[in-house]
Amino acid sequence: MKTKMGYAFSMAVIGAALLTSGLVQAADTYKMDTKGSHAFIQFKIQHLGFSWLLGRFNTFEGEFVLDEANVEKSSVKVDIDVASVDSNHAERDKHLRGKDFFDVAKFPKAGFVSTKIEKTGDNTAKITGDFTLKGITKPITLDATYIGGGKDPWGGYRQGFEATTQLKLKDFGIDYNLGPASEVVNIYISVEGIKQ
Amino acid sequence: MLANSESGYGLVSVLLHWLSALLTILLFGVGLYMVGLSYYDPLYHELPEWHKSLGVVLALLSLFRLVWRVLSGPPAPLAEKRWQGAAARLVHATMLALLILLPVTGYFIVTAEGKPLMVFELSLLPALLELAPNQTDMVGRWHLWGAWGLIGLAVVHAAAALKHHFVDRDRTLIRMLTIKGQ
Repeated sequence: MKTKMGYAFSMAVIGAALLTSGLVQAADTYKMDTKGSHAFIQFKIQHLGFSWLLGRFNTFEGEFVLDEANVEKSSVKVDIDVASVDSNHAERDKHLRGKDFFDVAKFPKAGFVSTKIEKTGDNTAKITGDFTLKGITKPITLDATYIGGGKDPWGGYRQGFEATTQLKLKDFGIDYNLGPASEVVNIYISVEGIKQ
Repeated sequence: MLANSESGYGLVSVLLHWLSALLTILLFGVGLYMVGLSYYDPLYHELPEWHKSLGVVLALLSLFRLVWRVLSGPPAPLAEKRWQGAAARLVHATMLALLILLPVTGYFIVTAEGKPLMVFELSLLPALLELAPNQTDMVGRWHLWGAWGLIGLAVVHAAAALKHHFVDRDRTLIRMLTIKGQ
């Protein structure tokens, strides 16, 4: 009787330990740290074929569900305020927000919702999902890499990733002639999520 | 000679008037044309630079016009009917207000992200405050509507002057073409 109770008790302790240690865990939800600006969506496009033009979207929010045991069951979602486009040039940004490019008055939001995640290595995965820009939704695939994660110094728990992809401007209804070298834009995303 | 008299305009007012008219029409044409240029047009960068620089020149001219109006008031009104005088005053005041509002909005479009406004390749006007994207776009719309408003009023203004000249056969238009100052 005594040993049985002791056995049950120790199993409960082990079970609780496993749960809290995260070995037997459900997926966790992480909110992208846009408030502390440890999350970036940058773009890079050729200028005339001579150099790279860099810019970013300053305002967005997103979250991801991370299932470390079953990465395939993870998911990610981002909402971008397109008007926050910033290429460090007021008149160019105004042009980008206008009808020739994003037409933010009509299409203020862009967004990404993952539909499928495939693990491709220890720290890498392909994230496929629906990307919406200028009212057009198309599937795209991001090449994602896990950077690191753990307890932060302020009592929270964080995980960070980076990802890249390429988009054809024409695919999303942007056909302003920037020249043959500037038809594809490179996207670089780096996000840190705080466990909720 | 320079200042206005009771019966006519002096040289300064006449020059200010016609120079303003010329620059206003030039800026309006260049402004509308330049925003439609394709990226590979040789004037894609050139015309906006000219538009900004000449815009600052016109802004200074308009400010001086306000000062000059105080220093040397306009000659006695020619209008015979009261409503004509009131209409003329309203149109003149609105045009002057737009001549001030247009460069102010233009300045805020250019400097919205902290970069100075270049005047003939010199960065003369630093940015004073940064605007949010939606504010910049709104200011841009004001600039466009203001420009159309000013040109619309200029057409009314010119039509009225021609009507005075050819229909009423009074000295309204002649007065702005001859120097009768003191």
